[in-house]
Amino acid sequence: MEWLDRNVPKLVLAPSCVAILVFVYGFIAWTAWISFTKSRLMPRYELDGIGQYERLFAAPRWDVAMNNLFIFGGLFIVISMVIGLALAIFLDQKIRAEGVLRTIYLYPMALSLIVTGTAWKWILNPGLGIQEAVRGWGFEGFTFDWLIRPEMAIYTIVLAAVWQASGFVMALFLAGLRSVDTEIIRAAQVDGIPTHRIYSAIIIPTMAPIFLSAFIVLAHLAIKAFDLVIALTGGGPGYATDLPATYMYAMAFSRGDLGQAASSAMIMMLVIFAIVVPYLYSELRPRRDQ
Amino acid sequence: MHMKSVLAASTAVMLAGPVMAEPTAEVLHWWTSGSEAQSIAVLQEQFKAEGGTWTDMPVAGGGGDAAMTALRARVLAGNAPTAVQLKGPAIQEWYEETGLADIGTVAEENNWAEVLPDRIAEHMKCEGQWCAAPVNVHRVNWIWGNKQILDEHGIEMPTTWEEFNAAAEKLQAAGVTPLAHGGQNWQDATIFETVVLGLGGPEFYQKALVDLDPEALTSDTMKQVFDQMRTIRGYVDDNFSGRDWNLATAMVMNGEAAFQIMGDWAKGEFLAAGQEPGVDFVCAPTPGEGFLYNVDSFAFFELDGEEKQQGQQLLAKLIMGPEFQKTFNLNKGSIPARNDVALDDFDDCAKQSAEAMAQGSEDGSLLPSYAHGMALRGAPAGAITDVVTAHFNSDMSSEDAVQQLADAVANAM
Repeated sequence: MEWLDRNVPKLVLAPSCVAILVFVYGFIAWTAWISFTKSRLMPRYELDGIGQYERLFAAPRWDVAMNNLFIFGGLFIVISMVIGLALAIFLDQKIRAEGVLRTIYLYPMALSLIVTGTAWKWILNPGLGIQEAVRGWGFEGFTFDWLIRPEMAIYTIVLAAVWQASGFVMALFLAGLRSVDTEIIRAAQVDGIPTHRIYSAIIIPTMAPIFLSAFIVLAHLAIKAFDLVIALTGGGPGYATDLPATYMYAMAFSRGDLGQAASSAMIMMLVIFAIVVPYLYSELRPRRDQ
Repeated sequence: MHMKSVLAASTAVMLAGPVMAEPTAEVLHWWTSGSEAQSIAVLQEQFKAEGGTWTDMPVAGGGGDAAMTALRARVLAGNAPTAVQLKGPAIQEWYEETGLADIGTVAEENNWAEVLPDRIAEHMKCEGQWCAAPVNVHRVNWIWGNKQILDEHGIEMPTTWEEFNAAAEKLQAAGVTPLAHGGQNWQDATIFETVVLGLGGPEFYQKALVDLDPEALTSDTMKQVFDQMRTIRGYVDDNFSGRDWNLATAMVMNGEAAFQIMGDWAKGEFLAAGQEPGVDFVCAPTPGEGFLYNVDSFAFFELDGEEKQQGQQLLAKLIMGPEFQKTFNLNKGSIPARNDVALDDFDDCAKQSAEAMAQGSEDGSLLPSYAHGMALRGAPAGAITDVVTAHFNSDMSSEDAVQQLADAVANAM
C-alpha cells in the first residue's frame, strides 16, 4: 500500500512519458536517420553520409526559404511585440469600455490562420482589394501590389501574421502591466516622475519575464508557420514566399523526395533549438535569490 | 476479346452462379470532383456487373498529393491497395520500391501492344512486363481562344510564337488582356513546356526535358525559350498570382481575356458553360509541332490472395475495354488511349487531338508532358519547375535562368 502511495504519480505519468518518448523523440531520431540516407519515394535505411544536406544547401529555393524565415520571423516578432505593448499601455490608462476593446483586439487570435490568409489574400489582391478600392475613390495612381511582387510578397505574410498575433501579445502584456505593484507606481507619481519615465524605468523592466514568454511563443509560431503561407500566397509568386515548413512539405508530399524533406526538417529543428535551449537554460538554472 | 464477348461471357458466368473466387478490388484514386467522379463510377458499375466487389478509396486534395501520402502509409504498413491511380515515371519508381503485379496475360490476350501508341505503352511497362493500364490521354499543348474577341480584332489562331506575340501586342493595344493565366507553379510549367516544344521542336524537347541533356539545357534555344517566357509574362493581367486554372478559363469564356494555354481539361469548363467549340471558343495546338500527352493510368500492386489478383486482372481488362475508354473519356474531356475506339460521339477538339496523337506516334513528336509528371520523376521535375516559376515571377535574365536550370537538374539527380 505504501509502495503504491509513493509510486502512483510515476505510474500515472508513465504512459504519457512512453508516448512522448516514442512519438516525439523516437520520430525525431527516425527523421534524423532518414536525413542521412538516399530515401526518395519510400524510406530507405542504408546510411549515405551528408549528401542530402549538401543538396539542401545547394538548392536556391532553400536559401530563399531560410532568408524568408529570418525576414518573417524577425519582423513578425518585433512588430507584434511593439504593437502589442503599445496597445496594452493604451488600454491600461483606465479607459472606458476596456472590456469591449480588449475583446476586439484579441479576436483575430480566435480565427484559424487559413481564414486569416484567405481574407488577406482578397484584401491584398490588386484587382479586388485595397488597391482597387482606393483607385475607385479617385486616386488613379495608387498602387499596392505587394502580393504579386516577389521581393515584397513576404511582407504581406508579416502583415497578416502581425494582425493575427498582436492582440494576443497585447493580452500577455496587459496581464503583465496589471501585475506590477501599484504601490511603486504611486510612489513614483508622488515624486512627480513623468508617466513615460515610469513606464520605461519601472514598469517595463519588471515585465522582463513576460517579454521572454511572448518571444518564445511568437518565435515558435514563426518557425512552424505553414498554413498562413499556403492560404495567402501558396508560396508564390514563384517560390518567393516559401518558408522551411512549406519547403519540407513540398519535398515530402509533392516531390517524393523524403531525404530532402528529412534534412530540411532537421535544420528547422536546429533553428528551434538555437532559440529554445538558451531559454530553458535560463529558466531551469537555480535562481540566485532563492 | 471484345467487349460484347466479355459481357456475354460474364453473363454466362453470372447465370451459372459463382464458380471461381469473386474478384475484389480496392481502388485508390483522387477523382473526386463532379465529372471525374462520374467517370470513375462507370468503371465501378462495370466491375460490379462482372460480379466483382469494389471498395472505393477516394482521397481528395493536393492534385493527388494526399492520395500518394495515403498510398505510402498503406505500403509501409504492408497493406497496399489492389489498384492505384499512378502515372508516368512514378509507376516505375514504385515498381523499384515495392514491385508491381504483372498483368501481362490480360495485356496480351487483349492485344494492348497493337492498340496503344508505343510511347504510351512504354509507360505501362516495368522492365518489359505490363504493370499498369492507361485510362485516357490528355493533350497538354492546347491554346484556347475566345472566338468573338478574335473575330473582332481579325486574329487567327497563332501557329508560331511570333504570330502569337503579334496577336498579343494587337490585343493589348486594344485594351484586351491577351493571355489568361494563373500564377501557380504547375501552370507556369505548362506554358514553359509548350514554349520549349514550340521553339525547339520535338527533338529538342526530348533532349532537354526528357533526357535532361545539360548541353540542351544551357543552349541558346533554351535562352530563347526563357526570353519568350519573359515576353509572355507581359501578356498576363496583374491579378494572376495564385489564380486557379478554371478561373483563368472563365476569363476566356467571359471575354475578359483572349487566350489560355492549358491542357484539354479546360474544354470541360467551356462545355459545362454551354459553349460550343468553333462557335464560342476555338481550340488549336500551341504554336509549333508535336503532341504533349498526360496519361492517367492505374497500377497494380503485388498482392497475395486469389480474389485480389483476379480483381486486378478484371480491372485491367475493363479499364482498357473500348466501351469504358469511350464513356470515361466522353465524361472527362480527354481521348481514349487506345486508337481503335470510334470517335463519332466526341467533339471536334477531341477528334483533332486523336488525329494528332496518331500522327505524332508515327513521326516521333508524341512526347510526355514534364509539367504533368509524365516525363521525369518528382525530384528533377520539381527542380525544373522551381527555376521556371522563379524566372517567370521575377526579373531574372535568361542567361541566369539556363545556368540555374542546369544546376538545379544536376542537384536533383
